Amino acid sequence: MAFDYEYYLRQDKMPHIWCPGCGLGVMLKSMLRAVHGMGWKKDDVVVVSGIGCTGRIPGYVDFNTLHTTHGRALTFAIGIKMVKPHLNVIVVGGDGDMLAIGGNHFIHAARRNVDITAIVYNNEIYGMTGGQVSPTTPHGWRTTTTPYGNLEPRMDIVEIAMGAGATFVARSTVYHTGQLEDYIKKAFEHKGFSVVEVLGHCHTGLGRRNKRPSAVQNFQWEKTVAIPLKAMEKLPPEKREGKIPMGIFRDDKEKVEYTEIYKELMKKAAG
Amino acid sequence: MSKKSDLKFMSGNEACAEGALYAGLTFFAGYPITPSSEIAEYLSAQLPKRGGVFIQMEDEIASMGAVIGASLTGAKSMTATSGPGFSLKQEHIGFACIAEVPCVVVNVQRGGPSTGFPTGPSQSDVMQARWGTHGDHPVIAVSPTTVEECFTEVVRAFNLAEKYRNPVIFLMDEIIGHMREKVRIPEPGELEILSRPRPTVPPEKYKPYDESFGDIPPMAAYGEGYRFHVTGLNHDETGFPTNNGKIIQRTEERLLRKIEANKEDIIKVVDMYADDSPEVVVITFGATVRSARAAVRTLRDTGVKAALLALYTVWPFPETQVREVTEKAKLVVVPELNLGQLIYEVERCASADAKVVGVNKINTEPITPVEIINKVKEEL
Ligand SMILES: Cc1ncc(C[n+]2csc(CCOP(=O)(O)OP(=O)(O)O)c2C)c(N)n1
Ligand code: SF4
Repeated sequence: MAFDYEYYLRQDKMPHIWCPGCGLGVMLKSMLRAVHGMGWKKDDVVVVSGIGCTGRIPGYVDFNTLHTTHGRALTFAIGIKMVKPHLNVIVVGGDGDMLAIGGNHFIHAARRNVDITAIVYNNEIYGMTGGQVSPTTPHGWRTTTTPYGNLEPRMDIVEIAMGAGATFVARSTVYHTGQLEDYIKKAFEHKGFSVVEVLGHCHTGLGRRNKRPSAVQNFQWEKTVAIPLKAMEKLPPEKREGKIPMGIFRDDKEKVEYTEIYKELMKKAAG
Repeated sequence: MSKKSDLKFMSGNEACAEGALYAGLTFFAGYPITPSSEIAEYLSAQLPKRGGVFIQMEDEIASMGAVIGASLTGAKSMTATSGPGFSLKQEHIGFACIAEVPCVVVNVQRGGPSTGFPTGPSQSDVMQARWGTHGDHPVIAVSPTTVEECFTEVVRAFNLAEKYRNPVIFLMDEIIGHMREKVRIPEPGELEILSRPRPTVPPEKYKPYDESFGDIPPMAAYGEGYRFHVTGLNHDETGFPTNNGKIIQRTEERLLRKIEANKEDIIKVVDMYADDSPEVVVITFGATVRSARAAVRTLRDTGVKAALLALYTVWPFPETQVREVTEKAKLVVVPELNLGQLIYEVERCASADAKVVGVNKINTEPITPVEIINKVKEEL
């Protein structure tokens, strides 16, 4: 039987605002299948976002939903999770939202290891505002604010998440939808702060200015640029150039999750 | 009569924290900053014991975000900060206004702008408390004048936040925050405690901004089966974004009306000798009320018909009260620990026949009664 997306979508909010061919719809579908796979009740799921194209997801899904300020979704999510730890809290955001303006919150949410899943749509650009450079834009690329090419090096979301102490870290793409669903579900299952970077595209904002104007070209790119982690490790360094590893980079079940730690503290403090 | 055991000797910051707990606080998120840190320190010890959550976030923006998230999940929530931190919180204060999320934001004022003078007293955030965040928005600001009032007035601040679904700024200052005085802790049940209006309709009928319930729509919490949407975008009754200009205007007008139409309930002023057709009226708030009380008494002892109007609610501004008390006045004096902020509002509302003058000071010292008295003598 075909998957019943409609059960999870707010039908009356369609059509969505996304451009035809954007990877966000693909990512959302993978996320909904993963939620379904968890068997969670809709009442027990909270989806929180900041601002951006990715940030519009909460408006479309039939859960408890919160569309916050640019970059700060994780902070609201922590408040929610600490008050009702039984809720399953998912935060979605773009690369600018999560790693530029929200970078500090991202690092500290990872460090605390609160049981929240952060799904980052990495289209390497500020989509919603019309294609300005983001922290993940490749060096040299043209954007509306780097007309001479991006002067800065790109940031690696997986490495930031790992360095900050996230206990589950994975990367997939909007081309590899089965794998993406699997990683998101594993992130949901994980007790602790989990990050799934979803390599996607913004063909209208970034692709158009950098020789990848069509959606198909972008899906093709995602297909070829992303190399499974194991295969990547086997490649000689010169062949790794320009490739992006995908896989599960960390799955640490040892580190105790923050709401659990807090529960223990409450018991101790109450004596 | 108060039992000895109810009497505690504590600082204003501690009294504020204890009062918040009395009001039902179960979630606090903050970031250390002088002179407010004792509130966070006190709650970090008390909240886990009393079944609540304390969390120190990575900055003030994060603290304010966490407070809103917690409040949307049903918890009475608060944060505490000072000058620079209050500036950082502004974007999220605006979010709480438009999304109608109850919460209390304590600002123990210090000298500024910027890092300013962290350990010095100040009352220079009067206008920031009103207009700190962008856009038209409703604001309530409550200000205590004694340590005991840090307790009782923060209870009032929570009640107003919950009742009107709005952030309330608790405008303290370094003097009261760090001063120690006797506080009588009220018995449970002695002070009225209010909570946000709750939905009475089943989830399928629930709209988070349902205007058919009046200007203050009932508020569900996340995880209770209501599955509603909250956004900082302009939205309609259902909580979803709208581009409809009529709805945008109507909703923002409702937000302002929610406060404006309930001023009688929200505004609290305490006067001294106002009934005596005063010729001199001193109008102030917060710690400066203490010096003003002494000044007014001394002035009356020397035959000047002086009165005091202490503003416990600073915003919405007590327009009517200021107008009435200054009706017969020749002189209105506005002492404040800044270079003139509250005075703009007083000038706007005071009797046209009265001369309005300020006593202003930002040299890190409180305003003394003598300075107020001298100003009156100089002007009369
Ligand atoms: C404080 C603040 N600064 C700037 C903006 C404008 N803004 C809206 S979305 C956005 C960036 C969106 O890019 P990204 O986060 O990568 O998400 P995408 O749209 O690509 O999904 C910006 C800068 C804002 N809403 N708030
Ligand atoms: S602007 Fe870019 S990111 Fe946004 S919907 Fe269109 S393609 Fe997707």
